[in-house]
Amino acid sequence: MIGDGFLERFRREGRIVVVGASLAGLRAAETLRDKGFAGSLTMIGDEPHEPYDRPPLSKQVLLGRATADRTALPRRRSVDATWRLGVPATGLDMAARRVRLGDGDEVPYDRLLIATGVRARPWPREEEAELDGVFVLRTRDDGAALARRLAEGPKRVLVIGAGFTGSEIASACRERGLAVTVAERGAAPLVGALGGVVGAVAAELQREHGVDLRCGVMVTALEGDASGRVRAAHLSDGSTVEAEVVIVSLGATRNTEWLAGSGLGAGPRGIACDAGCRAFDFRGIVTDDIYAAGDVARCPHPLFGYQFLSLEHWGNAVSQAGIAAHNMLSESTDRLPHMEVPAFWSSQFGVNIKSVGVPSLGTQVLITQGSLEEHRFIAVYGYQGRVIGAVAFDNARWLPFYQELIERTAPFPPQFPTVDRRAEGQRPVDAGFPDPSVPSHGPTVTLSGYSPADRRMTFTPAH
Amino acid sequence: MVRIAVDLNRCQGYAQCAFLAPEVFTLHGEEVLLYAPEADEAQREKLAQATAACPVQAILVDVVDAPSEAVSGDR
Repeated sequence: MIGDGFLERFRREGRIVVVGASLAGLRAAETLRDKGFAGSLTMIGDEPHEPYDRPPLSKQVLLGRATADRTALPRRRSVDATWRLGVPATGLDMAARRVRLGDGDEVPYDRLLIATGVRARPWPREEEAELDGVFVLRTRDDGAALARRLAEGPKRVLVIGAGFTGSEIASACRERGLAVTVAERGAAPLVGALGGVVGAVAAELQREHGVDLRCGVMVTALEGDASGRVRAAHLSDGSTVEAEVVIVSLGATRNTEWLAGSGLGAGPRGIACDAGCRAFDFRGIVTDDIYAAGDVARCPHPLFGYQFLSLEHWGNAVSQAGIAAHNMLSESTDRLPHMEVPAFWSSQFGVNIKSVGVPSLGTQVLITQGSLEEHRFIAVYGYQGRVIGAVAFDNARWLPFYQELIERTAPFPPQFPTVDRRAEGQRPVDAGFPDPSVPSHGPTVTLSGYSPADRRMTFTPAH
Repeated sequence: MVRIAVDLNRCQGYAQCAFLAPEVFTLHGEEVLLYAPEADEAQREKLAQATAACPVQAILVDVVDAPSEAVSGDR
């Protein structure tokens, strides 16, 4: 079959199934058509909606500047696909090359792309999670329901977890004039992703904008009233917060349960794949007909010691989808590796936060431009004498420069002067990441070991 | 309706879009860009200008007629 026109025939009349109809799935489908795939394309999605954009859900939508059902993704081209929406994939038969669906149907494929992403981690105690007024924020429906409730003007909102999503929610609530309490287990907001030095600035931002920020505490229980509405939360320091709305923002869980027992190298860490997005089976052997992209994928990154990296980032979903689609249609020698430098953004309390590289891998941080006190700066992260990440607060235009430093593994601390260097930028300090053995919901980047069959939930030390 | 997404990894806050299509793009604070994910057809021309003027080409606007790609369950 090899060299026997297989690929040509596949491109002409093959069957590609994409499981996951969000950003990565859609962009992969568009790329497949762009590159001349003329066979059949099936898009499977568990939500009943066509692909939509998630970043606006915690920003424009909560601010009331957009509605959740009006966030569909723009299309780069027509994809001419069969859409199976509102039906989850429930199983995979690798030998027969079929995807099982929740409605009992089976969809055969020649090549499969898995882009099932992540879902919000729910409040662990089910009865409490079901109280009226308790929300998570991940989907369009979550966003619509939460925006509706915030518009009713609750007396107080409690946000559990001050990662990026939780902090953005708190910011939107304050902008709407709502009283907000944020409860964070770590020492500061964003501490898992950006460390304690920058986290302290995030804490200042919250407090300056009137957030009742409580760090170093956990919510131990949610309490409802007689009609089943949430009314209060009990904290580990013995205090009680009365709140009509509680938003659980404790990070995400990868949607891989449907692959259990399939033989694919998939687990709570995601789907292990090679640098070309080809998924590994549980024996560590790479498949050639199953690919993964987006939040659910974890693949070795050359800039980070070929550790398996999984990224819950918008840009990663787009670029990985493009690479996976290209490779699905290519001879092995024409395949491309996914090497994009990780990058993400967040906006909260009027500040534009952007990041390149992997700050959470850093052990030291140097403020090369601006000042922490002014909430406008560049923080450069160092790991074993090289630049590994950079974070900008209202200073985004400098980031491409730092991305270049990361790409060429430039020495840390940087050996040159920078514009707007202050006294605090003379010497690197400990970046202040929390004890890595304590689980944190903060980071949206996860580094994990080499075993593609790894099914343990261990937190890999960043130090 | 026109759908819009901005790659905010690329966005450098040049704000050309906020001048050319102020109903869709606004700056929030010093450099946070907020945009309407969906706009009226009447905005299409302005959106085309904003998209073309973006120095980092971060704006993505629908190129296909959305209804022709409408998706619903089984097809």
